[in-house]
Amino acid sequence: MPTIQSSLSHHRANVIDHTLHGITETLERALFAEEISARAGLFQSLDARVKIISTLALLIGVSFSHNLWVIAAVYLLTLLFAWTSAIPADYLIKRVWLALPFFTGLIIVPALFITPGPALFHLPFGLVITQTGVNTVLFLLLRVSTSVSLTLLLILTTPWNTVLSALGVLHLPDVLILILGMTYRYIYLLLHVANDMFLSRKSRTVGYLDTSDNQRMLAAVSGTLLSKSLNMSSEVYLAMQSRGFQGSIITLKPFKMKSRDWFWLCVFLAITALAVFLGR
Amino acid sequence: MNEEIVFDVCDVSFAYEEQQAALDHVNLKICAGESLVILGANGSGKSTLLKLLDGLYFPSSGTIQALGKPLTEETLRDDEFNFAFRRRVGLVFQDSDVQLFSASVLDEVAFAPLQLGLAREEVNRRIDSALEALRIEKLRDRAPHRLSGGEKRRVALASLLTLQPDVWLMDEPTTGLDPRSQSWLIEFILEQRQQGRTMIVATHDLSITEEIASTICVFSEGHQIVASGKPSDILNDHDLLHRCNLSHYHARN
Repeated sequence: MPTIQSSLSHHRANVIDHTLHGITETLERALFAEEISARAGLFQSLDARVKIISTLALLIGVSFSHNLWVIAAVYLLTLLFAWTSAIPADYLIKRVWLALPFFTGLIIVPALFITPGPALFHLPFGLVITQTGVNTVLFLLLRVSTSVSLTLLLILTTPWNTVLSALGVLHLPDVLILILGMTYRYIYLLLHVANDMFLSRKSRTVGYLDTSDNQRMLAAVSGTLLSKSLNMSSEVYLAMQSRGFQGSIITLKPFKMKSRDWFWLCVFLAITALAVFLGR
Repeated sequence: MNEEIVFDVCDVSFAYEEQQAALDHVNLKICAGESLVILGANGSGKSTLLKLLDGLYFPSSGTIQALGKPLTEETLRDDEFNFAFRRRVGLVFQDSDVQLFSASVLDEVAFAPLQLGLAREEVNRRIDSALEALRIEKLRDRAPHRLSGGEKRRVALASLLTLQPDVWLMDEPTTGLDPRSQSWLIEFILEQRQQGRTMIVATHDLSITEEIASTICVFSEGHQIVASGKPSDILNDHDLLHRCNLSHYHARN
């Protein structure tokens, strides 16, 4: 019965293939983000501290604004900034709006019906969509999409290591910044290791693997990865000690603000102030 | 070569777990300016010895004197000795990924001199000079995980070069390098040697040994030093190399 066998092996192979696909997708996404951050564009040319402060200010501005049109205007401005920063508009829109229902669906669907207010539509089973409900949902959707787009704009136009170094301006402890950097760095290393382990497993897998075989394989891979990461963490600590680490971190602060950085910082802060003022 | 003894290893044994010796009664004296190659098969104890010499592990028995002082947990707790020792001795780990833990190449090469209290202007000067010496200026703002094996090794070396250590400990430095990077690394070691630095290189790669060694010591698979001497004597002792699970291309021709 070739058909059944092939569909079974296809199903069984999915565990390895899905994992490999997931790892590859993550690595590709990171590569794409790095490629965007190296392009010539408005946001790429700004000091990372300006971008972090401006993003935070705009996020706060959007949260404090109580006018839909103002939030929509900030969203459109974000898209404009993305366009001037060589980020494909459809990439940003798709990435935000396709993921949005998963994060907000649980809140927005009931909010349409249970928020008290004048009725807008009458649905079967006595369900009523209220005007206030629609407003609440629109506010939530616009606020979330604008906030996520602003954050994506920052992340896509700034290499992660630069974001981390710039976080120093927010007075995050240096040791915390180092830990965040190491986490990011070693996640990628371990992803590569996991990728190799799954590929090696795939190259030695012929035909049928039942659920318990798959579970055993996943457990073995997870165990090996955990043991590797433990070994690596102790080696990394030795490498740090070897170069003088004694519990506290001293870092270089390589940033220098230029006049155009100050200009754009003022622009972003002015937009924030305007959004809060007009949306009060 | 002068006669200042950099390391005096006296009857040192070390075990990661009880009854599993990684080093068994090892004796070794290393003089300033010497270029010592520690030869041994995988698992013979070379890397462990380097970590002991770098004050990262401490002997289960026996003693190590470094730069004229006992190298113990207690002496390294003294900031003055710790800073002086870490500034003068640098270890290049076998796995560059372990050594490159910072988010960018710049942070990586700045790490040691900043930790060891050098002024920022001096650190910046040393960073520029190290990146230039290793021809990796263009990697300055890159993330270490995006580099090739050869680039990572150069950055690992630059991360120590900013310290300008007198003593270099190198663990399997040629592992995973392509021939061009390997030849470049040999040049780097020879250059440091010419400048009077002490080079201690652990390897099982006989092809580089003759070029870089002024002295060789050989580890047996029983975690002991079974021979030490001049490269010409050791590399021509085919029985010894065979017994210690070390093959030698020239020995068969």
